[in-house]
Amino acid sequence: MDFNTILQILDSTLRLTPPLLLACLAGLYSERAGVFDIGLEGKMLVAAFFAGAVAAVSGYAWVGLAAAIAASTVMALLHGFASITLRGNQLISGVAINFLAAGGTALIGLNWFRQGTQTPQLNGSARFSEITLPFADSIHSIPYLGPIYADLLSGHWIISYIAFLAVPFTWWLLFHTRFGLRLRAVGENPEAVDTAGISVIWMRYRAVIITGILCGIAGAYLSTCMNAGFVKNMTAGKGFIALAALIFAKWKPWSAMWACLLFGFLEAISIRFPNLEIPGIGTIPVQFMQALPYILTVVILAGFVGKAIPPKAGGEAYVKER
Amino acid sequence: MGRQETVAPAIELKGISKSFGPVQANKDISISVRRGSIHGIVGENGAGKSTLMSILYGFYKADSGQIFINGKQTLIPDSQAAIAAGIGMVHQHFKLVENFTVLENVVLGAEEGQRLGPSLAKARALLVELAREYELEVDPDAVIETLSVGFQQRVEILKALYRQADILILDEPTGVLTPSEADHLFRILRNLRDQGKTIIMITHKLREIMNVTDTVSVMRRGQMTATVHTTDTNPAELAELMVGRKVLLRVDKKPAVAGDVVLEVNDLRVTDSKGVVRLKGISFQVKAGEILGIAGVAGNGQSELLEVLGGFGRATGSVKVRGTAINIASAAQGRHRREAGISHVPEDRNHLGLIMDFAAWENMAFGYHHEPKYIRAGGLMDQAAMLDDTIGKMERFDIRPPNPRLNAQSFSGGNQQKIVLAREIEHNPDILLIGQPTRGVDIGAIEFIHQQIVALRDAGKAILLVSVELDEILSLTDRVAVMFDGHIAGERITAETDEKELGLLMAGMMEGAA
Repeated sequence: MDFNTILQILDSTLRLTPPLLLACLAGLYSERAGVFDIGLEGKMLVAAFFAGAVAAVSGYAWVGLAAAIAASTVMALLHGFASITLRGNQLISGVAINFLAAGGTALIGLNWFRQGTQTPQLNGSARFSEITLPFADSIHSIPYLGPIYADLLSGHWIISYIAFLAVPFTWWLLFHTRFGLRLRAVGENPEAVDTAGISVIWMRYRAVIITGILCGIAGAYLSTCMNAGFVKNMTAGKGFIALAALIFAKWKPWSAMWACLLFGFLEAISIRFPNLEIPGIGTIPVQFMQALPYILTVVILAGFVGKAIPPKAGGEAYVKER
Repeated sequence: MGRQETVAPAIELKGISKSFGPVQANKDISISVRRGSIHGIVGENGAGKSTLMSILYGFYKADSGQIFINGKQTLIPDSQAAIAAGIGMVHQHFKLVENFTVLENVVLGAEEGQRLGPSLAKARALLVELAREYELEVDPDAVIETLSVGFQQRVEILKALYRQADILILDEPTGVLTPSEADHLFRILRNLRDQGKTIIMITHKLREIMNVTDTVSVMRRGQMTATVHTTDTNPAELAELMVGRKVLLRVDKKPAVAGDVVLEVNDLRVTDSKGVVRLKGISFQVKAGEILGIAGVAGNGQSELLEVLGGFGRATGSVKVRGTAINIASAAQGRHRREAGISHVPEDRNHLGLIMDFAAWENMAFGYHHEPKYIRAGGLMDQAAMLDDTIGKMERFDIRPPNPRLNAQSFSGGNQQKIVLAREIEHNPDILLIGQPTRGVDIGAIEFIHQQIVALRDAGKAILLVSVELDEILSLTDRVAVMFDGHIAGERITAETDEKELGLLMAGMMEGAA
């Protein structure tokens, strides 16, 4: 395998990772605060739809992104209302969000645009354009470092950079600020937070809103960066893969990034080598290659990668004790 | 802070009432606590102590009445207001984030500014100061779950002091402590009092009230029945005020007439699923007609011992009942244990002794439901027989309310325990294993339960009693073995030992000849 092929695979990895990473971090905020969220998938899908639809109508990708964030946050608040205020079952609420998103986006899409369930093709300013980092052209000729900078690190969409910058930011927020301390505490022992005179409810809502925002950005990436418009069910399980990555990463921001990169890498490989030949074994079927990220998801969720201890108060609504 | 003497009491409650639906938890309670004193509040479970303190800490809003802090009327709508008024609370179940460090727990909710760094630095400095001043040493960087309960409690006290509490409320502070840890706590409390802090201590342990408080209030059925100077009263009087009738604090029993060895345990070893060795070679014997007590701080292997003997834990070694070995190599043998004559009143009655959502009559039959007396022709279960049987047991064990159809969770802790006890004792076992017989049980019921245990002993049964309450061990047992760190640190004749000696054994500070 030559240097260029490796570079292409890594570049592809970096293009496939951002939606996973954003969704994974979204889940991290929510679950660290004690609200389990299997509705990442649904929120991303809704966001992808509104990003595509609003960008198509307005002609601006940024307006699409704003609409995506708003729509996803509304869905997040719905989940929050069901699981925090009404103390409902968080898994069921998450499943409901996913169903609502899958059916709702297709239905509204059909009704608005009459193009099957898709949104119109996005062109020009309705789509995010790729950013060339400074000096990318001038240092391109430097062997190895030049192409790594110019071809691999440069030339992604703004959202890609946001996604990767969100990792150190999340780490800092979680472990070096008052907000982060309280957020982590509310997911571990809400009683401790309550007796300290902090509202458990409000803390959890704030976490859920952040989840909504991040899922919104992730969804917008799918329909206005990676693709030129919304296609029915375009998330294709990315929300669940993000969830698996979150568990794999044991709810830690840096590990989340590595986990998502691994999933992105697997997907990149399966795209680059649909029919991988392994000497002595023969050709690996394309279906197997495409299934790789999902197989890894199942392996992780089945607990084969060591014990992942979730936030202790996760999944349970907070009820003030008598 | 400081030692200024003010005329106004630190806390004054006037006419506090609070109802939950039809239940009146607090009725017109008035109380005044002098600044710089330790004030005890005693009462049975459900007497309204915790409700009253929750009102003071802003968890509940009183239906009527007023609160004065340092002479000034104060509204306490939430915990934040309580903290602002200088009230700190150390809950019975600690409110600590277990995977946070001591520092993080101390600053949580009292941070200064958005960034954590400065708050942590300030807390670190203050912790050093408080440690010196009040014997409150704790490693600021230790993670809570690695600390013993005694230290965790100190963190709770530090939390309150960091928030500049002048009034400290402690809810059942010694329930989880060894005697020496409790003594240390009392030293801390006296230090705090001498520095002008006011301390309110809720407890049901009369000995502690006598030991550490200046004044004491007694609550019964939502009312404050008396407030007296501790030096002017005695435990018997306090117990009578709590229960409303005379109570025997010491168990009235004849010397044991021990017979043959019934239960013989040899070199019992248990390793749990995490690979931690829980029992490191336990050996003892229990004879017919005697009570062997197992003392020790919770978590030193007593639970594992009961699990193995009760038939739901695995172990190596040997257990013999009247000379016949029983199978301890595989778990899930509870029924075989009962058939071998071993009955078990588990430590954790909520999870192991009862099914809370099931009726009393169903709970009464569990474990024995396959017995012919409960089976009708055709192999169906005989509900009528079970109900009849339960009614009889409820009468004999004075279980209230005597309604066999009521769910287990609707009974008070004492009556729940009596249900388990009735089921196990009336099965007429040769050996009774009983864990924490009076945990969460009121004084009135304690007396009854102790009498039942002694009666069973006098009927020639072998009894193994596990308790973390030294008072109970000392008053009830004939011999006592102290467990520490998975082995028996020493065995004594109960009448020939005392709390001090057992306390040292419990702390692992004295290895006695077993």
